[in-house]
Amino acid sequence: MATRERPLSPHLQVYRWQITMVMSILHRATGVALAVGIFGLAWWLLALAQGGETFAHAAHLVASPIGLLFLFAFSLSLVYHLLNGIRHLLWDAGWGFDIPSVYLSGWTVAGLTIVFTLVIWFVAFGGHHA
Amino acid sequence: MSNIGTSSGDRDFRTPLKRARNIGSGKTGTGHWWWQRVTAVLLALLAPWLVGLLVSFVGVDGETVRATVARPWNAIAFATFAIAAFWHAKLGVQVVIEDYVHTRWVEITLQLLVTFACVLGALASLYAIARIALTAAY
Repeated sequence: MATRERPLSPHLQVYRWQITMVMSILHRATGVALAVGIFGLAWWLLALAQGGETFAHAAHLVASPIGLLFLFAFSLSLVYHLLNGIRHLLWDAGWGFDIPSVYLSGWTVAGLTIVFTLVIWFVAFGGHHA
Repeated sequence: MSNIGTSSGDRDFRTPLKRARNIGSGKTGTGHWWWQRVTAVLLALLAPWLVGLLVSFVGVDGETVRATVARPWNAIAFATFAIAAFWHAKLGVQVVIEDYVHTRWVEITLQLLVTFACVLGALASLYAIARIALTAAY
């Protein structure tokens, strides 16, 4: 395919940052992060299947600071991508396309992402000590 | 080829080159879009269950975790999640590569790697779940 130097669509930096574009970029970024993260889930399942020393080692790694950081990033990405994905599905169904609704649903997703992620971590570690 | 199913009066407005290459739109794009949504709905239903399951494993010993994953509906739901997740990931990352990688051979190489990795990830997950479920000590 010929690679020609031609003007592409307007570059991101000419726009004022607004929630719609941030949500869109984050949907992609969290999607890619989750795509990487599910390989971690597959690795954990394999270790669980192997059992014994292998799983003990894996469990130790998951509970380490790096493991917990990874889990936190995964949970945050999952909650965001899930909620914003529902927003996308509703758009696909033709609902909430007007600008006020798009902004309202955007802020709703942003707020609920923080709330749900905190709830997950509170339920997981609230009763125990991590 | 291009006129299958059309009445004799219909005219084909595509150029001969376009017909020869047979690369118009409307080939697999609809299927991609649709399966991305189908897997999205599956994942949206299963993700809360999976998060609940994983959260319940905090501070629990390996044998108990294994026995819990081995329970029939947990194993089935986990397997469904794994298939849907790796499929959804493949469809999503494919579009990201299509959008940002403009050197053809790099793009093709990445698409192949992503496809292989996702198939491998799904099969590895299914193998692990099957092994856990079928060797459970009831």
